[in-house]
Amino acid sequence: MEWDWSAVSDFMPHFWDGLLVTLQILVLGSLLSFVLGLVWALLMRVPSRWVTWPVGAVTEFVRNTPLLVQLFFLFYVLPEWNVTFSALTTGVVAIGLHYSTYTMQVYRAGIEAVPVGQWEAATALNLPVRRTWTAVVLPQAIRRVIPALGNYVISMLKDTPLLMAITVLEMLGEARLFSQQNFQFTEPLTVIGVAFVIVSYLASLALRALERRLAH
Amino acid sequence: MTSGLWALVLDGVWVTLQLLFFSALLATAVSFVVGVARTHRLWIVRFLAGFYTEVFRGTSALVMIFWVFFVLPPAFGWQLVPMWAGTLALGLTYGAYGSEIVRGALGAVDPAQKEGGIALSFTPWQRMRLILLPQAVPEMIPPFSNLLIELLKGTALVSIMGMGDLAFSGNLVRLALQESAEIYTYVLLIYFVIAFLLTRVMRGLERKLKTGVGKAPVREPDTELKRPETSNVGGAA
Repeated sequence: MEWDWSAVSDFMPHFWDGLLVTLQILVLGSLLSFVLGLVWALLMRVPSRWVTWPVGAVTEFVRNTPLLVQLFFLFYVLPEWNVTFSALTTGVVAIGLHYSTYTMQVYRAGIEAVPVGQWEAATALNLPVRRTWTAVVLPQAIRRVIPALGNYVISMLKDTPLLMAITVLEMLGEARLFSQQNFQFTEPLTVIGVAFVIVSYLASLALRALERRLAH
Repeated sequence: MTSGLWALVLDGVWVTLQLLFFSALLATAVSFVVGVARTHRLWIVRFLAGFYTEVFRGTSALVMIFWVFFVLPPAFGWQLVPMWAGTLALGLTYGAYGSEIVRGALGAVDPAQKEGGIALSFTPWQRMRLILLPQAVPEMIPPFSNLLIELLKGTALVSIMGMGDLAFSGNLVRLALQESAEIYTYVLLIYFVIAFLLTRVMRGLERKLKTGVGKAPVREPDTELKRPETSNVGGAA
């Protein structure tokens, strides 16, 4: 096995570009999945079968089908309907939508974990529904779910390379481009493999610290 | 869509199912070996098993697939058949997630059971085989079921390497028809049906194994919050 350090140093500028795009996807995708997940979770609490059934079916479908095919779907089908986004936007939407079906379950668990007494107290104080949610239930639920949401941010990091398949130049895309131009596969692929381990390890350390702060 | 294109899609389904079967076998083997090794009494064995888990869980499955396809052949001088390269990459990655499930379930067995085994002077291997595993395995089925669905979704990644699985044949049909909405809808539906059937099979298996130890299958609503690990695709452990 030969290892060429000059290939590593040639690759590094491309690596930083790719890392930046990866982190961009991660941040935007996370925000989208947090917001959409909360929306799905709240819709599932609406006391009407006409709302919960379609939302449940669609999210179940999205959760159980591969993100890669969903990316292709959005990337190739939306232009046919005359909706055109950049590849990066399409990727962020797809990954955010896919993960929102996971975060919705986290929110649901968090909402169900709020003690019944809190609901009863809100009723006893005659709080309107809106105040009950925004001032009593959600602040307690969201505090509980932050560590579980963090787990999905790390999972999402490891799914960002899929966006390479729709021509987004994130870390793996940069590595593949570099490999094909220079016929050196070992170095760039190993560099980004190690980079993924390091980034996700750092993220899990940060998450553990956050968990400890919230636990007290 | 013509019948020729449907035949193409069916070939893709067959490749996906084969890949799913072999990588699930490899992942199960890796999960149990690494998961049991993480409860070993020698620290070096625990450390190596933990290191394996962190590395394979830390990196992306797609990066691992690229690595197996492009870096292994020149480095070690052998080239794998695509099916085995895909199986190896997926099995090793998802096995690392599965090992956390095995470790979690072994840790959740009542300590008194282990102490009972020691008091009856069982060897460590007998304790594992006769006392811990029979009680831990039924608890592993729901998280393993989630992991199996993740693995099914993961098999679509090999299409990027040009393997003719379901996602790949979907792309071929798109190129043939110059029209994407229809074929991708079918592909997504097929994946969904496979996933749905898998969850049914796993639920049946869970019921069968749990009656073996005198328990009923439980669905806890808040398992989402009790996940011990920080990077998780496999569901509650």
